[in-house]
Amino acid sequence: MQMTMPPVLEVRDLVKQYPGVRAVDGVSFSMAEGQCLGLLGPNGAGKTTTVEMMEGVTQPTSGDVLYRGEPLGARFRAEAGIQFQKTSLQEFLTVRETLKLFTNLYPRRREVEDLIRTCALEQVADRDNRKLSGGQTQRLLLAIALANDPQVLFLDEPTTGLDPQARHNFWDLIRSIKAEGRTVLLTTHYMEEAYFLCDVVAIMDQGRIIAEGPPSRLLAEHFDDVVIELPREDFRGAPADFPLPVLVASDRVEISTGDVEGALRHLLERGVPLRQIRIRPRNLEDLFLELTGRELRT
Amino acid sequence: MSLRRLLAVWHARNLEFLRDRSTLVFNFLFPLALVIAFAVIFGGQPRPMFKVDVVAPEGSALDASLHPFLGTRYIDFVQIEAKDIESTIRKVERHQLDLLLDLRAAPQYWINEDSPKGYLVEKLLLETAGGAATRQPVSGAAVRYVDWLLPGILGMNMMFSCLFGVGYVVVRYRKSGFLRRLSATPLTAFEFGAAQVLSRLLLTVSVTSVIYGALALFIPFRNEGSVLLLLLIAIVGALSMIAFGFMMAARFASEELANGAINLASWPMMLLSGVWFSLEGAPNWLQQAAKVLPLTQMLDAARAVMLDGAGLGRVWPQLGWLAVMTLLFLGIAAAGFRWRAD
Repeated sequence: MQMTMPPVLEVRDLVKQYPGVRAVDGVSFSMAEGQCLGLLGPNGAGKTTTVEMMEGVTQPTSGDVLYRGEPLGARFRAEAGIQFQKTSLQEFLTVRETLKLFTNLYPRRREVEDLIRTCALEQVADRDNRKLSGGQTQRLLLAIALANDPQVLFLDEPTTGLDPQARHNFWDLIRSIKAEGRTVLLTTHYMEEAYFLCDVVAIMDQGRIIAEGPPSRLLAEHFDDVVIELPREDFRGAPADFPLPVLVASDRVEISTGDVEGALRHLLERGVPLRQIRIRPRNLEDLFLELTGRELRT
Repeated sequence: MSLRRLLAVWHARNLEFLRDRSTLVFNFLFPLALVIAFAVIFGGQPRPMFKVDVVAPEGSALDASLHPFLGTRYIDFVQIEAKDIESTIRKVERHQLDLLLDLRAAPQYWINEDSPKGYLVEKLLLETAGGAATRQPVSGAAVRYVDWLLPGILGMNMMFSCLFGVGYVVVRYRKSGFLRRLSATPLTAFEFGAAQVLSRLLLTVSVTSVIYGALALFIPFRNEGSVLLLLLIAIVGALSMIAFGFMMAARFASEELANGAINLASWPMMLLSGVWFSLEGAPNWLQQAAKVLPLTQMLDAARAVMLDGAGLGRVWPQLGWLAVMTLLFLGIAAAGFRWRAD
């Protein structure tokens, strides 16, 4: 039975060619019911272009986007909730009036007061939507995306520009939305966000997907070691002479090893102070560096 | 087509307009100030020159050999066709013309007994004609410039409100990405367009009605016809100009570009649609070309009602033309409408 159900969303060989730039270069993947998929990649990787083609607001140069096995159409527009990366809203409207406008555009809709509660907008419900803080604006845009009680939700870099507190609040909100069984597509250049929220990540670089899978499986496939981090000034001797691979960053050195005890012995032999040592597992940021030779946030 | 979606967008746009104080003030104060200024400047002053229209026999020129009166200096003699006699007599009644002279047979002339200039021109005519001319007295109050100008100013204000109020706003929505956000909902281009058109129609007709009422208190102006018919003309005229604005805004994504294009469209209407002055003295081809402009048709109809007391029977050609243009503009706009800026 499971086999006959088409995926909620499926993209096949998606290409977007802009003059001089191939923003998306043959992307294919699919999303199952209730799954949260994270498109992870640096700025300019083609995440937003991919998502906008999936949302039906940008026409692909070639390739297909299917919603429940059919090309995007009226059903998709009625059932999809979209939070654009940048959207300006109608001026001179309050938060409540803005939500009322959007709920009224859909055949199936949530109550405005319910949306205000869900997205913690009670305090600003009667404020002009241009006079909101960054976090409040993102929560309003999320509330708009939820206006039609969507089955599939698109979130394009929803926490970019938010302070850490606001970002964590937003994550809690998205987790509760996920728990309701909605299918979510999230783009982000924060690897912890993808790790924290997504069941599956697809890492994009230069218009292509270079790795795809559950975050823990991807890390297990590519790494069997951990990272030892030290402040750069604490490291003694030339990195090249050290028996293990050493990566020198601006403020720290990173030693990758599968044998933590052995590595610590080498460090102690050199008289390296271990006061500020940090041992951490591999993360998606390391994976991106491993796959592309470049850092994620540049 | 969903009425609920249309009304949602319509309502939101109305709120936006009413809360944008600077626009609101401009919409009311600008035309009021303009009409009052013109009322003060041109008040009840007569026109500066004697004007006489002449129907001459086939093939003759207007000079003293045809009739000694035509040799009089400082009188503006204009030759007209025999078929225009009826409409020219109405000009005499309205003091727009001082005298009409028919020289095809025994000279006869039409004169307004209430017109001081008519009185003087008649003296001059009778002196040169030696009394040999038949008098056709008519009567009627003078049309002051302000009476003639008032529909022009109101119409011009409606034009700007319609063109910029829809055109500029839609382009701003597109540039800011709000239209793109709406395109991801079930809202159709027709519903969006209809909501914008109806919102602007309600606002511009309300504003114009309020100004009309306020002016009626300040300046007793002339309206010979039905106020309801004027309202109908205002609605049909506004629809065509809003549709025109919507057509201009169907594709542009830059406010500067839209601004330029709308200005380019509004200036010919400012000058050629008879807002400030009549095109009667202009070449015929220019008059015909001006009739294409929606504002020309609306002002022709409004002046026919206000100055001559015309009824629906006389203004329906203008109303029909405006309706045809509305459909044409909306069709072009719908075919070319773009939600996205890129």
